Amino acid sequence: MSKDTREPLIFDVSRPGRVAANLLPKCDVPYQSPSELLGAESLREKLPLPEVSELDVVRHFTHLSQRNYSIDAGFYPLGSCTMKYNPKINEKTAGLPGFAALHPLQPQETVQGALELIYELQKMLAEICGMKATTLQPSAGAHGELLAMMMVQAYHAERGDTQRNIVVIPDSAHGTNPASAARCGFKVKGIPSNEKGCTDLAGLEKALEGGNVAALMLTNPNTVGLFESDIQQICQMVHDAGGLVYCDGANMNAMLGLTRPGDMGFDVMHFNLHKTFSTPHGGGGPGCGAVSVQANLEPYLPVPTVEKEGDTFRWKFDNSKSVGKVHSFYGAFLIAVRAYTYILSLGKEGLRSASENALINANYIRARLADYYDVAYNAPICMHEVVFSANRQKREGDVRAMDISKRLMDYGFHPPTNYFPLIVPEALMIEPTETESKQTIDSFIEAMIAIAKETQENPEIVRTAPHTTLVSRLDETMAVKNLDLRYAPLFEE
Amino acid sequence: MAQNIPADLKYTKSHEWVRVEGDVVVIGITDHAQDSLGDIVYLDLPEAGRVLAKEDTFGEVESVKAVSELYSPVSGEVVEANTGIQDSTEVVNTDPYEGGWLIKVRLSDPSEVEALLSAEEYGAVADAEGH
Amino acid sequence: MAYISNTNEDRAEMLSAMGFTSFDALLAPLPPAIRYQGELNIPTALDEGGVLRRLQQLAAKNVDLESHLCFLGAGIYDHFRPVVVGMLAVRGEFATAYTPYQPEVSQGTLQAIYEYQTLICGLTNMDISNASMYDGATGLAEAALMATSILNRGDIVVSGAVNPLYRQVIQTYANVTGYRVVEVPTAEGVTDTERLSEIVNSQTACVVFQQPNFFGNLEDVETLTETAHKAGALAISAVDPISLGLLKPPGDYGVDIVLGEGQSLGNAMGFGGPLLGFFACNKRFVRSFPGRIVGATQDSQGRRGYTMTLRTREQDIRREKATSNICTNQALLALCATIYLCELGKTGLRHVADLSLQKAHYAFQQLCAIEGVKPLFPNAKFFKEFALSLPVSPSELNTSLLQSKIVGGLDLGAYYPEFAGSSLFCVTETKTKAGIDALVSATEGVVKGGKA
Ligand SMILES: Cc1ncc(COP(=O)(O)O)c(C=O)c1O
Repeated sequence: MSKDTREPLIFDVSRPGRVAANLLPKCDVPYQSPSELLGAESLREKLPLPEVSELDVVRHFTHLSQRNYSIDAGFYPLGSCTMKYNPKINEKTAGLPGFAALHPLQPQETVQGALELIYELQKMLAEICGMKATTLQPSAGAHGELLAMMMVQAYHAERGDTQRNIVVIPDSAHGTNPASAARCGFKVKGIPSNEKGCTDLAGLEKALEGGNVAALMLTNPNTVGLFESDIQQICQMVHDAGGLVYCDGANMNAMLGLTRPGDMGFDVMHFNLHKTFSTPHGGGGPGCGAVSVQANLEPYLPVPTVEKEGDTFRWKFDNSKSVGKVHSFYGAFLIAVRAYTYILSLGKEGLRSASENALINANYIRARLADYYDVAYNAPICMHEVVFSANRQKREGDVRAMDISKRLMDYGFHPPTNYFPLIVPEALMIEPTETESKQTIDSFIEAMIAIAKETQENPEIVRTAPHTTLVSRLDETMAVKNLDLRYAPLFEE
Repeated sequence: MAQNIPADLKYTKSHEWVRVEGDVVVIGITDHAQDSLGDIVYLDLPEAGRVLAKEDTFGEVESVKAVSELYSPVSGEVVEANTGIQDSTEVVNTDPYEGGWLIKVRLSDPSEVEALLSAEEYGAVADAEGH
Repeated sequence: MAYISNTNEDRAEMLSAMGFTSFDALLAPLPPAIRYQGELNIPTALDEGGVLRRLQQLAAKNVDLESHLCFLGAGIYDHFRPVVVGMLAVRGEFATAYTPYQPEVSQGTLQAIYEYQTLICGLTNMDISNASMYDGATGLAEAALMATSILNRGDIVVSGAVNPLYRQVIQTYANVTGYRVVEVPTAEGVTDTERLSEIVNSQTACVVFQQPNFFGNLEDVETLTETAHKAGALAISAVDPISLGLLKPPGDYGVDIVLGEGQSLGNAMGFGGPLLGFFACNKRFVRSFPGRIVGATQDSQGRRGYTMTLRTREQDIRREKATSNICTNQALLALCATIYLCELGKTGLRHVADLSLQKAHYAFQQLCAIEGVKPLFPNAKFFKEFALSLPVSPSELNTSLLQSKIVGGLDLGAYYPEFAGSSLFCVTETKTKAGIDALVSATEGVVKGGKA
């Protein structure tokens, strides 16, 4: 029998009558019966919440935390996610009461420091990408994409160009690109990548025919980790056809201080502050998908925008061309505080150095593993990430990219991204980031080489990995077929 | 990898198979299709009575990590859908050509069947996609 | 350089291992015309102490609500955050992990999400909860879009008593998709149910309301839900999760989709972000549902484990046909909500809700005793927020209150011109009787001072 290593659910720990701590004051105003104040018919009977002590809570969540892999614990080369070190000072500044304990509807004169920070960060981001203006309202990359497509639509509508209902997206794009365009009512037209893994100009030309294209959504560097060297021509082609060009800026970590999407010809882009600007990913979020625009799209930015008059900052709500609002308030302010802290810590020289080291680390991995794994599209140089294909391992040992990823766990590393981009069979997408040392990267490379050898000598050990984690591979078919999405006993009785 | 491609059926490039039973055809997905999808966990099938044109989508088949649309190889009216297997979708994996059939369609243009791929032609399609 | 681990020697060695002598070789793919030659107009690096000082200086320009009393609500609430919540959630093992795509090394995050889903289902009495949405407003917009696609109908009917900021977001989302947003008027501070029954028809995809509504008042949720269902539409309710410590859960009155802002469940107000959209629905809609969801299953040795499931709804697999474009969500805030709900538990949440109810009613009664201050909606029942018509201008009152270290209520005229001259006050359990009395006497002072 295998050892049962599971952490009980907090509901299993619960005991009737147990309470956590003396959290709340006694009622110090005259007590009135809730059923009189609210009406007995409005009140609930059961409240199925756990009853646990504070020590139960601390132990439980400490145990859960120990069941996670994290950047703080080890190398996390998850491609497209920029899992760089998240500086601790960011948490300190975001926790200052002068930021954390602000209500979004306080009078503007009481939040001048917050508005100044937003204003400053927006300017910095616009400078970094070479555009005119920025909004921090979107909550994540996908939300930024959606907002950008809304602005694209408003732009064409104002010009009476309402027939433009197509958004062109390369087949290498992240799934959020087509999903965001479709959410905005656009039809998605895919274009294939060329033999170099980049945008196929002839394919683009053809897609642009007919005058119905509203925009091209392009990731640069693209999801194969390659810089789109024809980018200026691509932007020109789309502009000539009357369309706009959107940059998925998830890969901005390759470009800080080295090149700017605005200078390439892009009209609009999103940043992932939760990637490039080191705000922690939190096991899935939160993020901030700040969007920057050139002058042509500035009028359509969501409201409110922040303005500076003399030394005073204020919200501007009335903007007749704005697409409206995409967030309850102004976006993820405390994420903005972290990103701003980070930019001040790095300075302009540190930003550039971050991208330089990101490129060096990725290319070093590419060079050292090229004999063991097939480099996708075999370009001589990659940007901040490198995509391999496990095709060779699949052929030689019936070992898939997923198997290699699982085996890496046994060597103490987080796996790379698998099965993305879709155009690379058996993709292993590796993004080391700039914060890792040569020493760490060397040990990762050794592990990858050892696994490549195992696929030849003992493929079974790779195919059945991981062997050292708290749970082994999970039955995902069972998870879908016998849906268990909440702890059922709580809802019985 | 050996492919099971019965010689007496007709096929499409999108991996459906067709068996003619008088003026009705039975339609399913091929062994190759079920194998590349993996464990099938969900089937979306049309209601009887729906009229399909050739190449219309008539449903969806899903595994844990992939979705595939189903395209009608022929034109006609759906006379029956194999709703009985919607709770035991693994039948499509284990028995794609018999128990795992998906819909029956009354042909509106029997000549369409002739234009479909033979087992041999389909085998070439499946091979080209590789394994 | 900050946070760079490689030394100059490391870099030189790495470049030479690749056969290069300088970093510039790696920029070969960049056409010279777009290589950035300038220096970014961004300050040069500050030392850690310098960074802290700059941020402290900015923070000090704000009036923070630890040093001031806050009577603002309207969607973001000053509820007590038990210390343990922040202490646990800041652990790097939670905070610096990515989305749990690799379940074997993410069981902590996954189990926490499963517990979160269970807690949200318990609070709302709904069948399924997702792992989170961006915030209450986008959650509401997604719910409305979900209804349009389930029913293939184009009208989104929204009560005028739904948070006006949320309504702006729904409108923004609807504009680009061509759906029509139809507003239901209010009467005496609640949705006008008679008008609603005239408005709904066979084009209505959903009826959206909020409980308690924007004015803090209790809606006749049974009738609203019934009216939606009679028209074949879905009933969608935004709820205040704290109120569910006392109020009947939406599952009890048959709502189809429930969502809300989860900030008050142990998360900072943070000037309005990041926030936590919670989202739950009836299990009939499990395939139309937006966002990530975690399920329990077994590993290859039969041990219980958790994994993301129903993945084919999502953008990375279904792309333009996905149920939503959401990818990154608000996982860490959902974790805080989970810890919060466990820490407070059954009795604690009820107590928070009850204290808020008691204090709000005490404040209401004391304020209404001031001459000229009148309830805006005298017949309404309310939870922790209430609207008062004032004999002085709300913004002037607020300016004066600031001198007593009080952040007053929301000037309703900014959102409802017909209610100019009225304020929306919020009182939570964090306000003591003394604090409320301070608000009352400061208000009385301004009113008696005769300023208008
Ligand atoms: C290339 C790319 N585009 C877009 C996104 C979406 O960003 P987010 O997860 O912040 O919504 C991601 C990240 O997952 C990405 O890698």
